Amino acid sequence: MAKILSERMLLSGDEAVALAALNAGVLLGTGYPGTPSTEILEAFGQLGGKAQWAPNEKVALEVGLGAAFAGARALVTMKHVGVNVAADVLFTAAYTGVTGGLLLISADDPGMASSQNEQDNRNYARAAGVIMLEPADSQQAYDFTGAGFAISEQFGLPVILRMTTRVCHSKSIVVPHPLVRGAAPTFKRDIPARVMIPAHARPAHRRLRDKLARAAVFAESCAQTLVEPRGKALGIITSGITAMHARDAAPDASILQLGLSYPLPINAIRDFVASVERCLVIEEGDPILVTELLAAGLKIEGKSERFRFGELNVDRVRRIIAGDESEEAKAPPGKPPMLCEGCSHRPVFETLRDMNCIVAGDIGCYTLGVLPPFSAMDTCVCMGASITVGLGLRHVLPFEEAKRVVSVIGDSTFVHSGLTGLAEMVYNPPATGHVLLILDNGTTAMTGQQEHAGTGRDLMHGASHKINFEEVCRAMGLKQVVTVDPMAGDGSLEAAITTALASGELAVIVARRPCILAAPKIRQYDKAAAEKLLARNAACSAAVVD
Amino acid sequence: MSEQKVVNVVVAGLGGQGVVKASDILADVAFRAGLDVKKSEIHGMSQRGGSVASDVRFGPRVNSPMITRGEADCLIVVAPDQMDVNRHVLKPGGVLVSPEALANVPGKLQAKSINVALLGVLSTHLDLPVEIWEEAIKANLAEKHHKLNLEAFAQGRAAAAQQA
Repeated sequence: MAKILSERMLLSGDEAVALAALNAGVLLGTGYPGTPSTEILEAFGQLGGKAQWAPNEKVALEVGLGAAFAGARALVTMKHVGVNVAADVLFTAAYTGVTGGLLLISADDPGMASSQNEQDNRNYARAAGVIMLEPADSQQAYDFTGAGFAISEQFGLPVILRMTTRVCHSKSIVVPHPLVRGAAPTFKRDIPARVMIPAHARPAHRRLRDKLARAAVFAESCAQTLVEPRGKALGIITSGITAMHARDAAPDASILQLGLSYPLPINAIRDFVASVERCLVIEEGDPILVTELLAAGLKIEGKSERFRFGELNVDRVRRIIAGDESEEAKAPPGKPPMLCEGCSHRPVFETLRDMNCIVAGDIGCYTLGVLPPFSAMDTCVCMGASITVGLGLRHVLPFEEAKRVVSVIGDSTFVHSGLTGLAEMVYNPPATGHVLLILDNGTTAMTGQQEHAGTGRDLMHGASHKINFEEVCRAMGLKQVVTVDPMAGDGSLEAAITTALASGELAVIVARRPCILAAPKIRQYDKAAAEKLLARNAACSAAVVD
Repeated sequence: MSEQKVVNVVVAGLGGQGVVKASDILADVAFRAGLDVKKSEIHGMSQRGGSVASDVRFGPRVNSPMITRGEADCLIVVAPDQMDVNRHVLKPGGVLVSPEALANVPGKLQAKSINVALLGVLSTHLDLPVEIWEEAIKANLAEKHHKLNLEAFAQGRAAAAQQA
């Protein structure tokens, strides 16, 4: 991989992370698509890095951890809720530590532009005990990614680079300085550090706390602890994108941006507080910094509770500074998104609506089935929950209601978290049976048409193994597995659902039709793969003849 | 203070209308002109035909990538029905650029290059060289679309000149 350097580039935060990962010698990038993180791995792959989609975030972080155990630098990307899925890995990876740099990108979504919650993943750094970096724009995304690998190796700890929607998707100027690259991987046995039986884990916990204590000392004077001194009347302590809003909202204020936001550089913070007459902590999301700094006995003020909700912006930061509690003007509602014209999900939700089904839904484009004119979704919580929440409903509802319950899951979500739900379905079947609809449109449509283990193509759209959903369901013990084309228009979809509901048994209906936006590209990928195969066969025959 | 010289432009419309493409081109023009620039919009759900608005800010130094309500110097609205949703971003006396501005456009204008035609109108209100606009249009679009969009851009400029 050639390093890519240039004087000046206009990049999104996601692109900047990818470029820095390439220039820092990352050997493996893995993750699961999720807005606003998706473009990082796509860009890393396009730049020539080894990038791959994992079936889910837990798998991705495990694969990344293995690479880091081997001494390689690994980049693992996901949206904020993905870290919940990967949390099992994260908490114990903090104990084991790493040899090669392991950088976990947590792309948070305050304001929920495209998410089911606005959890603040700064909490994870504290809960798991790992170092956290928070860039405020694309230049910092580049710089902090490079620094993140070095810091991870220096302390032998995973590092979380926490971004937010406005950092991931905003474009700003990057001057990509050269970065120190990682060492070549080699296996060095270290059983007490990497085999977490209790006898090894007890000292590992103490080691972790020692590492964090050293990281806190490092944070005091590191390049990511950024003080911009201006006036003495007002000082603002902040992190991430809020540092940019604060600079605009208060041109005369001094600002301390905690680029390394965990563990806290408490002495640098204390000095900053002492250097100004009034010190405000302005943070997007949960009151984390303010709580910790008040506990440290510092004379600081926070924001009022209303500013915990949604994104901050320049106007809201001005209000926090002024203590302005007046009503904020609401932007008029825009046109909501909707399922595309010609989308294969449309007939499915029309049918479920007309059949008055109770629909346990899931995460993807098809969540839009909740909106009029369909209004055909009753629950949507997290990846994979359609199957299992549907089972819970079936278990306890009265017979007449239970038999109307249907679970609806997309193809990528099925690969992500559907298989364990399917195991639950065959192992603990409700008395009324259950009906699972897998809406297979051949792509991770919602996040912008990424591949997954059920499409038969890898991240760069080349040929790979394809998991056959029908065979998986049958192998797990499902007797009724049918496949329909939801766009056939011949009543086969309605008939399949009616039959499945009436059977009182477990049934899976695979409604298969390529996403109307992805279909032309899928045809191109398949054609390219076929041509490649043909060329390889021709080369093989030629070799045999030679 | 340098931050006060920042120019704020909002491009608004519906998913699929080239709102993001238009703001990419504008940001690239500022970038090529040697200015600091930041651009921000919300992806994700908005791609499914919903409202999209993209903020572009440029000047000697840009901090926040987002434009504060009532502080946009210019607002481009690609979809007429998105006017009321976005009007509040414009500062008093700010420049509104809507498809109405193309009513007297010379020659025929293709629907899919309305976004670039509106950039043509916008360009007459900004102090950025025309050659850089043309470079940025070419850099952000596939070669087969260059001719059509350069024409649309010129038509937008001509329409603005007529109205002036």
